[in-house]
Amino acid sequence: MELRVAGETAYAYTGGKVFDPKLPALVFIHGGEQDHSVWALQSRYLAHHGYAVLALDLPGHGKSGGAPLAGIEDIAGWIVALLDTAKVSAAALVGHSMGSLAALECAARYPQRVSRIALLGTAFPMRVSPDLLQATKHRESEAHGVINAWSHSAYAHYPSNPGPGFWVIGANLRLMQRQKPGVLHADFAACDGYNRGFERAAQVKCPALFLLGGRDAMTPARAGRDLARAVPNSTVVTLDSAGHNLMGEKPDEALDALVEFLRA
Amino acid sequence: MAAPRSLQFDTLSLHAGQRPDPVTGARAVPIYFTTSFVFRDADHAAALFNMERGGHVYSRISNPTNAVLEERVAALEGGVGAIATASGQAALHLAVATIAGAGSHVVASRALYGGSHNLLSYTLPRFGVETTFVAPRDLAAWKKAIRPNTRLLFGETLGNPGLDVLDIPSVSAIAHAAKLPLLVDATFTTPYLLKPFDHGADLVYHSATKFLGGHGVAIGGVLVDGGTFDWEASGKFPELTEPYAGFHGMDFQEESTVAAFLLRARREGLRDFGACMSPASAFQILQGIETLPLRMQRHVENTRKAVEFLSKQAAVESIAYPGLPSHPDHELAKKLLPRGCGAVFSFDLKGGRAAGRRFIEALRVFSHLANVGDAKSLVIHPASTTHFRMSDAALAEAGIGPGTIRLSIGLEDPEDLIEDLARALSAAKD
Repeated sequence: MELRVAGETAYAYTGGKVFDPKLPALVFIHGGEQDHSVWALQSRYLAHHGYAVLALDLPGHGKSGGAPLAGIEDIAGWIVALLDTAKVSAAALVGHSMGSLAALECAARYPQRVSRIALLGTAFPMRVSPDLLQATKHRESEAHGVINAWSHSAYAHYPSNPGPGFWVIGANLRLMQRQKPGVLHADFAACDGYNRGFERAAQVKCPALFLLGGRDAMTPARAGRDLARAVPNSTVVTLDSAGHNLMGEKPDEALDALVEFLRA
Repeated sequence: MAAPRSLQFDTLSLHAGQRPDPVTGARAVPIYFTTSFVFRDADHAAALFNMERGGHVYSRISNPTNAVLEERVAALEGGVGAIATASGQAALHLAVATIAGAGSHVVASRALYGGSHNLLSYTLPRFGVETTFVAPRDLAAWKKAIRPNTRLLFGETLGNPGLDVLDIPSVSAIAHAAKLPLLVDATFTTPYLLKPFDHGADLVYHSATKFLGGHGVAIGGVLVDGGTFDWEASGKFPELTEPYAGFHGMDFQEESTVAAFLLRARREGLRDFGACMSPASAFQILQGIETLPLRMQRHVENTRKAVEFLSKQAAVESIAYPGLPSHPDHELAKKLLPRGCGAVFSFDLKGGRAAGRRFIEALRVFSHLANVGDAKSLVIHPASTTHFRMSDAALAEAGIGPGTIRLSIGLEDPEDLIEDLARALSAAKD
């Protein structure tokens, strides 16, 4: 569905169900240079299992208007503004990579609006090497290739990808290529420039799930566990054979971990 | 920036889409000879039916062996996914039927495989889909033929049988300016020689029966989605961008930004038309793909030698091979096909139809049959076989004469092939 946030169109996939704000709300926040479709299976399942789902396209991404936001703090503020527009008083936030930092920031700053957070493929600090950051600005195609290679644990899955016929690595690359020029650099600069991770983590009062990929080369599980230790009420689940794109590589396992966490 | 190295084509040919079976240790791709798959529980069943979880339900829709083939071809082409079909013709039909219906229009190259020509020219009009055929080199004609109800532009990477090289960058630019996708039949080139997505194509299909399988033992097709075309921005494809009553009101473009086409093709096309591939065929085609790079190199090397030999023979009127400077698409071929122009080509014998018949019947190594892309060398006379339904005028427009001979060069010793051709040329003079 489409909402208006800060004067711009904000798109949210509702999982194939009409959004009902009376149900427990669940907000999915994608990572850098991506959109709502990275959550296709998980968001659709949960929308059909009792949740009011909003899988967002952040500003400047996918079908949402406006320019990408400059900082993680800005994204957190935008998410709360979107909850206002959608008439959602409180929601569970599920964020991946850049989106996980936004969920963390949101939970710390707006505790009354966030019931729990699930952070997938997360780490703090989420530093980007100067070379890669330059590439995101001046050589997007090269940066896409590097990020895509680092985002996957393997070139094949047994006996094939659980989404029959889909080449996960190619689909992820194409999704990045479909975003507008400039989005990649804005997103990676936002991740690189976020400095409040541990400070915010200590302020989180709600339950937090850290869902990590054991073969994640973008946000190594070790760094995710460091951040989890700073959150008072956190649980860590590691999918040993998953890389950074764990929703794509291990969709069922990622969903099962989310279901268990949300029902706890 | 220490850039990780992506796996190269030869490695993907062997490994993309599959890892050894963790239970049995089987290294080869297992053949999942089962019609259906057990659900873990009622919720799992419902979730699979509603596309809330990935997995297999029924082998008409998907099968693990077929999925390996689909992912492997998608990886080799640089697409986002693929669908294995019962044949190349089924892949073409699936592509057209997914985004076109009664009242729709297709613009297609005139230089097509006879079966594709039949489908577009005679069969699909019965279902309300019309096609305008254009000369593949006439870019103005492509543009002029587009109508408000056009849904697709379509051509072959190497037109059958004249080997017209499709100017994919130019034709795709024309398609995209009209907010339409370009579908390409890449059977003759395979991704080893040409990756159409790199040049602007949006959808690619193969008759996997040919070079992908490579051994002439399995019929099959593969339809690949490049994930590049923005169906929503086009505004011409409600099949993909509006709720579909036939599948839970699903809006496929909402579900997948890059693979809406594939979702609809599988959830509607395979489900309703049912032209799925047998997992046994998928296994056989996968065996072929494992050696695709090696075979294509040899196919091209042998073809160059055969073309060189024939081009020096007085009995040969002309040869249509883009690797030759005399071919009208030679310059385009150098740009799009630097690894070679494939292993299928046609030539005209002096003496017309009778000479052609004597030539074919004198061959001993070449097999006279209606196929291309086998490991074995093949020969056919298009005017009396693959294109026999076409009028003489239509044949001429497609670049086929009454004495045209089409060869598919195999992997035999090239000297044996040349000796066979020499013997047949001699016989043709009688």
